[in-house]
Amino acid sequence: MFAHCADPSTLEGFAWLACYLTNGKHMLFYGSFGTVLLLLAITAPVSLAFGFAGAVASRSHIPPVAWIGKLYTSIVRGVPDIVFFLFFVIALDQGIEWLRHQAICPDWTEPVRQGNDFVVCPEAKMPLSTAPQSIHEIYNFTLAVFTFAIVFGAFAANVLYGAMNAVPRPQLETAHAYGMNDRQTFWRILVPQMWVYALPGLGNLWMILIKATPLLFLLGVQDIVYWARELGGSKTAIYAYPHPDWRLYYFLFLLVFYLAFTRVSEVVLERITRKLSHGQATAAGEAMRREA
Amino acid sequence: MNKLILSTAALALSAGFAVAQDVVRMGTEGAYPPYNFINDNGEVDGFERELGDELCTRAELTCEWVTNDWDSIIPNLTSGNYDTIIAGMSITEERDEVIDFTEAYFPPDPSVYVAMAEDVDVAGGVVAAQTGTIQASHVASTGATLVEFATPDETVAAVRNGEVDAVLADKAFLEPIANEDADLMIIGDDVMLGSGIGIGLRESDAELKATFDTAIQSMKADGSLNTLIEKWFEGMTGPY
Repeated sequence: MFAHCADPSTLEGFAWLACYLTNGKHMLFYGSFGTVLLLLAITAPVSLAFGFAGAVASRSHIPPVAWIGKLYTSIVRGVPDIVFFLFFVIALDQGIEWLRHQAICPDWTEPVRQGNDFVVCPEAKMPLSTAPQSIHEIYNFTLAVFTFAIVFGAFAANVLYGAMNAVPRPQLETAHAYGMNDRQTFWRILVPQMWVYALPGLGNLWMILIKATPLLFLLGVQDIVYWARELGGSKTAIYAYPHPDWRLYYFLFLLVFYLAFTRVSEVVLERITRKLSHGQATAAGEAMRREA
Repeated sequence: MNKLILSTAALALSAGFAVAQDVVRMGTEGAYPPYNFINDNGEVDGFERELGDELCTRAELTCEWVTNDWDSIIPNLTSGNYDTIIAGMSITEERDEVIDFTEAYFPPDPSVYVAMAEDVDVAGGVVAAQTGTIQASHVASTGATLVEFATPDETVAAVRNGEVDAVLADKAFLEPIANEDADLMIIGDDVMLGSGIGIGLRESDAELKATFDTAIQSMKADGSLNTLIEKWFEGMTGPY
């Protein structure tokens, strides 16, 4: 990166370290923190939406809709995350390619499954094999986000379902008494009041989601754990910056990163809880009223 | 905005119809120097990078490099995430049942044991090897206790921290490590395993296999493969 880093073997001490920490590989490592944050930034709202849809479906008075909602939450919550991640991503990827294959290459005569091989026509590949590597990476990342959202959406659905049931019944009866219909009662009374009940559960999920991000590594996305392991491993003289086994320091750095991140999250969640408890008919809300 | 998305999608689809199979995605591990590794700029580097690029030039293919973990490198080939495995993979009967190999571009490389002391009992002790390698099956057959690791680097780290008595891996990988670390040494004689290293391909990809076979033969014929082997593997004379 810097001109004086051209020949690392002549460097020593701090200059060596400065060059080492700014080489191309480390830049990819720093960039992967962005990948993790981006994953969280997209996954959190999407899984909340999945959860909301799941909770509403589970509460539905139409039996098939309620079944779908309950089936979703119980199946996804019942399967270990890793199994779901490994199975679902491959199945989704092959499913998409198979559908594209049916649509784009109807004349293709060879079977899609040939022994161990999964063969679709080249035009149906997702993404196309001619696409640059970045497209492949974005595609993998999107699959990962979608899978995270489904898994965490199922847990969020259960939390929101419980929260909706926790809103005091008299609140809803009062709304009806004022002449609101079911839809108005739901959006104006139930939804605004349920968040305070959902928050502890959702906060928990957020923490678990942060800690689950290393699963990205399993999905072939080069995340911070991948780079920490890759950079920390001992390097012989074939590399420009040979060094012994430094995985301990890299993983220690990740540990500090995750601890700092979850600590910040705790503080923010605390504030949101205070804000949402304000004026609520809960013990916390009552305590705040007395303080004021 | 919707129009924009639609037209982009239409563009992507129409571009899709025009594809000829001329981009080959080369799958490698990126953790096994000098065969293949990620260099300090974050790019795939090593003997196989240079070899693969040269083969692609000769076969007039556009090649793109992809890294994948070793333990899932065969499943991801068969499911079509990339088109070749060029990752120091020895040709064995078990693998040949699942995928196809080109002819060998590297002779059977002897494997060696590396340990912290000369007197380690490699036949009865605890020996590390990378998961799913020919070395792992060899250790399992010797009566030693096999401990498997996902990456080559972890197998060596296990010797350093005393978790295992020795590690078995390709000599070309272990030799520089043993030379640079005063605590580690190669013990015993070379162990001959496998029948050379080839490029792994899907069994349904006969055409690509033929293309690479021709390119490898042409590199063997004009001696450029020997030159490449001598460049990356110190002290080795080109066998072809």
